[in-house]
Amino acid sequence: MRDNPVLRIVAKIIIPVILLFALYVQFHGDFGPGGGFQAGVIFAAGFILYGLVFGTEALRNAIPPGLLRFVIALGLVLYAGVGATTMLLGSDYLAYGALAHDLIGGQHLGIFLVELGVGITVSAVIVTIFLAFAGRNDP
Amino acid sequence: MISAQLPALQVVVPLLAAPLCLVLHRPFAAWLLTFVVSGISLLVSVALLGQILEQGVIDYTFGGWAAPFGIAYHIDFANAYVLLIVTAISTVVSIFAKRSVASEIEAHSQGLFYTAWLLCLTGLLGITITGDAFNLFVFLEISSLSSYVLIAMGNDRKALTAAYQYLIMGTIGATFILIGIGLLYMLTGTLNMLDMAQRLVAVADSRTARTGFAFLTVGLGLKIALFPLHLWLPNAYAYAPSAVSAFLAATATKVAVYVLLRFMFSVFGIDFALGAMPLSTMLVVLGSVAVLSASTVAIFQHNLKRMLAYSSIAQIGYLVLGVSLATPAGLTATLLHLFNHALMKGALFLALGCIAWRLGSVRLGDLGGLGYRMPWTMGVFVIGGLSLIGLPLTAGFISKWYLVLAAVERGWWPVVLIIIAGSLLAVIYVWRVIETAYLGKTKEAVSGTEAPLSMLVPAWLLAIANLYFGMHTELSAGIASQAAMVLFGGQP
Amino acid sequence: MNVAGLYNYWIVILLMMTGFYVVISSGNLVKKIIGLNLFQASVFILYISMGKVMNGAVPILREGVTTYSNPLPHVLILTAIVVGVATTALGLALVVRIREAYGSVEEDDIHRQDESL
Repeated sequence: MRDNPVLRIVAKIIIPVILLFALYVQFHGDFGPGGGFQAGVIFAAGFILYGLVFGTEALRNAIPPGLLRFVIALGLVLYAGVGATTMLLGSDYLAYGALAHDLIGGQHLGIFLVELGVGITVSAVIVTIFLAFAGRNDP
Repeated sequence: MISAQLPALQVVVPLLAAPLCLVLHRPFAAWLLTFVVSGISLLVSVALLGQILEQGVIDYTFGGWAAPFGIAYHIDFANAYVLLIVTAISTVVSIFAKRSVASEIEAHSQGLFYTAWLLCLTGLLGITITGDAFNLFVFLEISSLSSYVLIAMGNDRKALTAAYQYLIMGTIGATFILIGIGLLYMLTGTLNMLDMAQRLVAVADSRTARTGFAFLTVGLGLKIALFPLHLWLPNAYAYAPSAVSAFLAATATKVAVYVLLRFMFSVFGIDFALGAMPLSTMLVVLGSVAVLSASTVAIFQHNLKRMLAYSSIAQIGYLVLGVSLATPAGLTATLLHLFNHALMKGALFLALGCIAWRLGSVRLGDLGGLGYRMPWTMGVFVIGGLSLIGLPLTAGFISKWYLVLAAVERGWWPVVLIIIAGSLLAVIYVWRVIETAYLGKTKEAVSGTEAPLSMLVPAWLLAIANLYFGMHTELSAGIASQAAMVLFGGQP
Repeated sequence: MNVAGLYNYWIVILLMMTGFYVVISSGNLVKKIIGLNLFQASVFILYISMGKVMNGAVPILREGVTTYSNPLPHVLILTAIVVGVATTALGLALVVRIREAYGSVEEDDIHRQDESL
């Protein structure tokens, strides 16, 4: 598909929009429908489109598998780290109230960070799954 | 402060270690992390058991949400006991895993192997510790998915089909459990198990409750590998890497049995589970058939790991027989056998792991004269085998003794006969191995003798534990009987 | 018995049995996984439809609304869907590996190859 100019140009236009929409779903999740799972999958869809149009080789150059592995771990550590922080602050695991001075602010911050961790891990995992299947026969 | 956070740490420490393990990627670092984390988990579970002995039960709420609304961990004797089994086995087997895994799995996937190991440990601990029905399902799937990965890493291509078969059957089982939990949630409007138990009393006599119970029982039956739902187990254990066979055989089915007990006794209550529903009759029949048929099939196996896998199915039969008696004594026997079987199967699979490391095969025909070339390894196998048969002074004898006493107490003489017949069949399949190893002809052109110390020491640890708990039963039987009392709703 | 009013359960049962049948009867490893997906999807519908409260609004806090549908089953099933995706990915990955090792995704073929050894 690399030779098709229509696909290439349309993909280049759409991909930033997809990524932006993913960020909207991620961060608007505090106030309306949305959240880490959905945003992560949409974000990954941008990368998958890139991989479909320009080839898995190009996708691998854009995000090396070593980096992907690191990002998967990063999201998980962010999520579990929020819980560990609340424990260090003397509350129960994932008791967000301990993160800020007031309960609402703490919950806001806690859920924000946890959803961010979820989003990061989900997008990295989906891209990894795509590469594992589509790029299996790459040299 | 830290003592109040122990229930969360029990699950969070291995959960946090898994992504770290993924990043570390180097085989030695990943192994070291797995070993250290297993050790920490063991310490945590010992500390939890200590707290239970002092104060009875521990309740822990997540995120500060009170019990029926948030996810709560509720720990009593029964969980603490199973937690101890899982963490102890994981620690001992992870020592063994270093050399064994290095010889069976390519260096670049060892990091992933240990990541899956830690996730499996997280899942098993989570299932055991949680007091929330849906949380239980999530942890069940975490442990199942990682165990499919672990099994698929075996170096025979049959490991792939075994893992695939396990994936299909395991997912059907898990989905059945999900349906069961869903029906219970529809009926009671709660997911907290204690809350569910209270609310179920009023609505127990409904078709929804009975259907939910049936779905849960069949789903868990698949996970336990209860006869006739055991078809995934022999291949899965036979072709998995040696360390994985030992780890899963000693923990995974045990945890599933615990979940069945938890739902039967703590959520539905004994009157419903064994009174209103005909489960007792079903379990006694299925358990008896499992003991007799699986032991018989084990006699005809040439692959020793497969033989032990069939023997595991038979042992699950004993566990189920203990439950079907529906008395505190029977339940004590089941819980005791849970622990003792983990010890003996752990020891036997580790011995086979040593043999596989040296010979690259665990076929009976290749074992000729091995008793003289690898005396220490075969020593472990003999002790484990005797324990499996249930010879006095071994752990296996204690649990069979309790089981026979419980059956006699109920006056179920046929069950006693079946237990004795199962032991006799065990004599045959264990003897075949011992005969070949000590009296068989040595194959020529085989050099080398013992397995390395890092593999022998954990195997001997389990073998000695088999002997120790065969002679000193205060600890194992004491906790088991208290756990049985808790499940029966009495005070410990 | 109110048959039409419980139509969501009929859909669930139909889907569940279709999926289950495919898992059991099909010899193709990929089709088995598709059947498994169908089987799981039926349970998702069971959960999601039970969260609906008669005349209940979307469970986002608003003024002037007193009855909300129950959001908990949706959250639960979001988790179950993720588990389902993971299971499917892992299952298909195993099928790819099986295909590379045996050159086939038909159960009978694989069985025959193992037995001829």
